[in-house]
Amino acid sequence: MTDQGIGARVLRKEDKRFITGKGKYTDDIVQPNQAYAAFVRSPHAHANVKSIDASAAEAMDGVEAVLNGHQLTGDAIGNIICGWGITSKDGSPMNMGAWSALATEKVRYVGDAVAVVIADSKAQAQAAAEAVMVEYEVLPATSNVRDSMKEGAPQIHENAPGNQIFDWEIGNKDETDAALASAHHTTTMDITNNRLSPNPMEPRSAVATFDESEDHYTLYTTSQNPHVARLVLSAFYNVAPEHKLRVIAPDVGGGFGAKIYIYPEEIVCLWASMKTNRSVKWTSTRSEAFLTDAHGRDHVSTATMGFDADNNIVGFKINTKANLGAYMSLFSSSVPTYLYATLLSGQYNIANVYCDVQTYYTNTVPVDAYRGAGRPEASYLVERMMETAARELGVDPGELRRQNFVREFPHQTPVIMAYDSGDFAGNLDQAKAAADVAGFAARKEEAAKRGKLRGMGYSNYIEACGIAPSAAVGSLGAGVGLWESAEVRVNPVGTIEILTGSHSHGQGHETTFAQLVSERFDLPTENIQIVHGDTDKVQFGMGTYGSRSGAVGMSAISKALDKVEAKVKKIAAHVLEAAEDDIVIEGGEVKVKGTDKAMGWHEVGLSAYTAHNLPEGMEPGLKEGAFYDPTNFTFPAGCYICEVEVDPQTGVTEIVQFTASDDFGTIINPMIVEGQVHGGIAQGIGQAMLEHAVYDDDGQLLSGSYMDYCMPRADDVPNYTVSHHSTTCPGNPLGMKGCGEAGAIGSPPAVINAITDAIGNNNLSMPATPSRVWAALQQVSAAQAAE
Amino acid sequence: MDMSGEYRIAAPIQTVWDAIQNPDILRGAIPGCEELEKTSDTDMTAKVSLKIGPVKAKFSGDVTLKDMVAPNALKIEGEGKGGIAGFAKGGADVQLAEDGDETILTYQAEAQVGGKIAQLGSRLIQSTAAKLADKFFANLKGELEEA
Repeated sequence: MTDQGIGARVLRKEDKRFITGKGKYTDDIVQPNQAYAAFVRSPHAHANVKSIDASAAEAMDGVEAVLNGHQLTGDAIGNIICGWGITSKDGSPMNMGAWSALATEKVRYVGDAVAVVIADSKAQAQAAAEAVMVEYEVLPATSNVRDSMKEGAPQIHENAPGNQIFDWEIGNKDETDAALASAHHTTTMDITNNRLSPNPMEPRSAVATFDESEDHYTLYTTSQNPHVARLVLSAFYNVAPEHKLRVIAPDVGGGFGAKIYIYPEEIVCLWASMKTNRSVKWTSTRSEAFLTDAHGRDHVSTATMGFDADNNIVGFKINTKANLGAYMSLFSSSVPTYLYATLLSGQYNIANVYCDVQTYYTNTVPVDAYRGAGRPEASYLVERMMETAARELGVDPGELRRQNFVREFPHQTPVIMAYDSGDFAGNLDQAKAAADVAGFAARKEEAAKRGKLRGMGYSNYIEACGIAPSAAVGSLGAGVGLWESAEVRVNPVGTIEILTGSHSHGQGHETTFAQLVSERFDLPTENIQIVHGDTDKVQFGMGTYGSRSGAVGMSAISKALDKVEAKVKKIAAHVLEAAEDDIVIEGGEVKVKGTDKAMGWHEVGLSAYTAHNLPEGMEPGLKEGAFYDPTNFTFPAGCYICEVEVDPQTGVTEIVQFTASDDFGTIINPMIVEGQVHGGIAQGIGQAMLEHAVYDDDGQLLSGSYMDYCMPRADDVPNYTVSHHSTTCPGNPLGMKGCGEAGAIGSPPAVINAITDAIGNNNLSMPATPSRVWAALQQVSAAQAAE
Repeated sequence: MDMSGEYRIAAPIQTVWDAIQNPDILRGAIPGCEELEKTSDTDMTAKVSLKIGPVKAKFSGDVTLKDMVAPNALKIEGEGKGGIAGFAKGGADVQLAEDGDETILTYQAEAQVGGKIAQLGSRLIQSTAAKLADKFFANLKGELEEA
């Protein structure tokens, strides 16, 4: 066997080009006759557009065209849509407001584009954009759900009365109410999940080329799912039919969800390329990224959990209000509903769960999926509730969880999900041992001698990954199927190309997917090339999000490998005059078991293509494809334990220990999985302690640069202790569950549970900045003084 | 964002009242004012250059005098567009009180910004706007007392 198969710490094949600066990103693409786009954006959160005077801009040097929304809609470019329909309690469909890629009558958030300048250089485009005179009639604005819900609030979309998009519910309401009414103890909390800006290192970018002679478009773009982009651009935005549109997502420098969606800029670049007959490039500035990349989270919830006299959970009821921003982004409606409330049973056996969710428009940038997408909101809510309940009940928070764990699988929750596997107690035990929970009291005492408040918090998260299967998501309102496709091409010399519909933008697919093939055919990974991100090369694919590339994308590859393996064995059996069942593939050879008869792997490839001696009726060639649609979501889960020390004088919190025990099912490359966990926890710590996207009441973005939006840095995070205690996922052929989002999902509640434990005040919201922690400590002091 | 202040100006109330409506005096008093032209008794157009945090921009806009109760009170309102930098608008309620030969000027000002200035300089706006408002009335006092 090679040492590059499943479970090996193979160094990332893609890193050579990334760390030597040789990656090829969208902004690196330079097309002949390329022009640059600069967008004219609204400085107002809510305003009527009275007039646009582009005459001065049009007269400036190098300006090719200044285009506006009336021209765009005049060319029948369609409105941007949300691809997941949600039905309200009363049976009515969600109120999707019209979203034109360039606003025509009205702007609805700061950054909403009203016009675009196409010019020879970036500088000329920007200068001319500044010279476009837009007259606005400023309207009152709202920047949060609290204000949007108010009577008399500014009406953002005509078809959404009271700014409500939908009022949705899940679970068993009457039974939950009854269970809570008869509960021995109830815990109630108001919980806010803070709004975040996504910050992929590479900003969004698009280069669009219209070829007039072929009536064909090519779009290079920073996408996590180029085929979905092509489908939507074609079917809904009428840019071009699919066979006349090629979408390429080359190297992409991080996505975190923000690059799933099709934004106005890509649409406008394609259309402007046709209008001007030039290639059109746009690359977001970091300022534009803060203004226009879809934000994440922004939930306000009230939750009540009931326990019987033995501390068993009897019911859990949640109301959540979610801010979806000024328009409905591509998957925005699914995030606070099916990606969120379906996980509110957590790792626990709860007979009665009910959640209702109201979503609202506000004059802010659209809110959509961001690493975890709904599941961080769910795990934060459930795990803050569990920790708080344990404190109120006076029991150990780990043991309260253990007592309520789901122990038998499959387990049907009251909120759709059917958990297929897991060993939650095993993860808890592993994390407790690694975190030396037994020694915590001594550490706390020692910290107190140094004047520090030490606290510990748990988070036992569960999430649903591998977003699928198609029939299930379709029944819940998804406008697409969520399978994955793959093609395996064995070349005549025996090297292999894997074409996948998954997209790698930091996940290391070029390495892990090659490991899968290496494992199957016992070949070195350098003989295997992963091809992705180009609609002309890969037939179709649903892309990468929701930690689905392993469980779904690799399963599709595995299915295609099954077919290749079967054909290889047929050819070898024919050539070597043996039975198919006796053929084995190992050591670069295809052998007859128990004999010295063998042919080289490359000879099988060559035989398939020369076709001189193939079994009767066999088609030449060695290329197989598969579409894989899983049978269920996958359910990664785990236990995170965070330990902090707070300086009571300043409120400064240091994470001194962070322990993770994850169940990701089968792990292909532990090094890459650990990297995913490290990065995810860093993002979760960012949400818990540092990051907050803030608008003022007039809808102006206050956290619009890295001076005001604080990202985690190396010295903000500890050395993590990461371990795995895995159960095999029965839902896919590889037994994988997914690891991409777990860190960001599981870590925020562990951090806040630890800080609130340290300071003795549960009234603390994310981000737990020093000033907030200090203020919470003052409440404790004031309460003590009053006693 | 609220700002207020008080100045004792060594000039009679009618002189101060006239000065506040005099474009030549206003031009000298508004910080960063490059142009100011009167278009009616109560309306002016202005070009003002300002730096807020990392953003430097030239604003073109209007200055309007309203709610005038001679010689005791008026409201000065301004609104300017700074192109790609965004917009700024603000106003000041001004009260004048006679104190012998001198005048006590009090003001309450408010300011609002949007677009890139808000995005990049939000932390600095309160202090910058307060400073600008104070500078305006200090300049006004200076011009009147020199004259």
